[in-house]
Amino acid sequence: MDPSLEQAIGRRVHRHWLSWLVGQQTFWVSMAALLAFVSLTLASDVFATQQNLFNVARNFAFVAIIAIGMTAVIITGGIDLSVGAVLVLSGMVIGMTMNAGMSIWLAVPLALGVSLAVGAFNGVLIAYVGVPPFVVTLGMLSIARSAAMVLSNNRMVYSFGPDQPALLALGGGFVTLALPFVDPIRIPNPLIFLLILLVITSLVFRWTRWGRYLFAIGGNERASVATGVPVKAMKISVYMFCALCAGLAGILEVGWLGTITTGLGQGMELTVIAASVIGGANLSGGIGTALGAVIGAALIEVIRNSLTLLGISTFWQGIFVGSFIIIAVLFDRLRSRDANE
Amino acid sequence: MAILELSNVSKHFGAIQALTAVSLTLRAGEVVGLMGDNGAGKSTLVKIIAGNFPPSSGTMSMLGSAVRFHKPSDARSQGVEIVYQDLALCDNLSAAENVFLGREVMRGFGPVRWIDYRTMYQRAGELFTELKSETRPRDLVRRMSGGQRQAVAIARTRLSDPKIVLMDEPTAAISVRQVAEVLSLIRRLRDHHIAVVLISHRMPDVFSVADRVVVLRRGEKVADKPVAQTSPEEITGLITGAIATA
Repeated sequence: MDPSLEQAIGRRVHRHWLSWLVGQQTFWVSMAALLAFVSLTLASDVFATQQNLFNVARNFAFVAIIAIGMTAVIITGGIDLSVGAVLVLSGMVIGMTMNAGMSIWLAVPLALGVSLAVGAFNGVLIAYVGVPPFVVTLGMLSIARSAAMVLSNNRMVYSFGPDQPALLALGGGFVTLALPFVDPIRIPNPLIFLLILLVITSLVFRWTRWGRYLFAIGGNERASVATGVPVKAMKISVYMFCALCAGLAGILEVGWLGTITTGLGQGMELTVIAASVIGGANLSGGIGTALGAVIGAALIEVIRNSLTLLGISTFWQGIFVGSFIIIAVLFDRLRSRDANE
Repeated sequence: MAILELSNVSKHFGAIQALTAVSLTLRAGEVVGLMGDNGAGKSTLVKIIAGNFPPSSGTMSMLGSAVRFHKPSDARSQGVEIVYQDLALCDNLSAAENVFLGREVMRGFGPVRWIDYRTMYQRAGELFTELKSETRPRDLVRRMSGGQRQAVAIARTRLSDPKIVLMDEPTAAISVRQVAEVLSLIRRLRDHHIAVVLISHRMPDVFSVADRVVVLRRGEKVADKPVAQTSPEEITGLITGAIATA
């Protein structure tokens, strides 16, 4: 056997960890978020206070949880526009059933079950009937929100029966983390759910067949079919996963707000997609990370928070978030052009 | 002994007769060039062997026993692998991940199982060494040359220790230097006693690598002879119909 050939094949391209790092979009978005964080700490007395950071962390957790699910869908080359509607439907299911006196132990699985059913419906139409994801989930956006209205008769629900304290604690509570030398830190529950979901999803994306098949389908769907990847089942499961994330966020958000109206989550799908794209997910499929989605969501919330704190009209928010989406995609274009040359 | 034997295989799609009474024998370690004009029935023949659809009439046998494939996985389980014209690779995955796509190596204990990247990289490296292709298992396919991409697609067929590899126009869209690389990959397969069916429009490739050339015209086999006993001129004549049969 030719020893030089074996060496050539066995050689790992030793890229310096720093050069690997600067090639990651997640890194640059983290830098942007960090830069915003530092400059806000300097520019505003309020930003770095424990109470404000607590609010920022809780607010962005809802978007970030769904953005993780959305990223999984985007990696397969799909899109889910129905997440905001699934969020309100899940919230309304738990609100109405607990309002009627149901135990939280039944209401939570029921709300998540309804979310999964919506995701399965999306997935079946996309995988087996071949309807484009954009169309199916656009329809579902309308259907799920309408179902939430029918369910509640468009009322506001604010009493959640005997288990009300448990629901409010689930979404609005926090865990106190005692650290040496500094004041104990309060970590909002939604953030804890987010971190657990982030760790699990990151591991699943990298180390399981399910995770790798998401990337394979997004990279080349025909090749995935030809090599025996169960593409149809994968598609159904990924829309179910995304809907489950939206349903979970819905339950937590109701718990935090202590009330639910049918307007909850309106337009949220666009913020969620923005978070995924800013975090490096490629809408043409095959690329994306869970961590990127979370940092993208954090960046959006920091921008929103900073405009409020600095006394700038919130009307500017869209301009900032929109610019970040475009910059993120431009950055990706430049990078892939470098790689091709 | 014949690995694959087709006798009087015909295929029609409604009123269209795509293949008429084609008989063909494949032996181990033999490269057969399958030639013919567009619509001559090359793809139909290959798809029958690969199990995409069964023949309308005629029989197939492998190693002496009759077989009937209804879907590609039937053919695969009998040791028939196909390299698609577009190679069926995922650009965003590494070479090793592409080789093992759909057949990942897993490890773990109990119900907790995860992908064994280390074994996959090692095994893919061995396959590339066997194929004498300078392809690194960890590299993304996106960054690879046409020859390396072919090596990845061919290494995939070697995973299961196949008996027959069908290759659909592997040299159609790559550079001259890479064509040489692919032809040497085909010779490696032959060295491992695998029967290779090479579909190609390129006369020089067939003449440099094939042992035997089969010509189809309008769904009928018009020639089946060793390369040494024919010439590009004769084959061209057979393909176009200037020469009736040989």
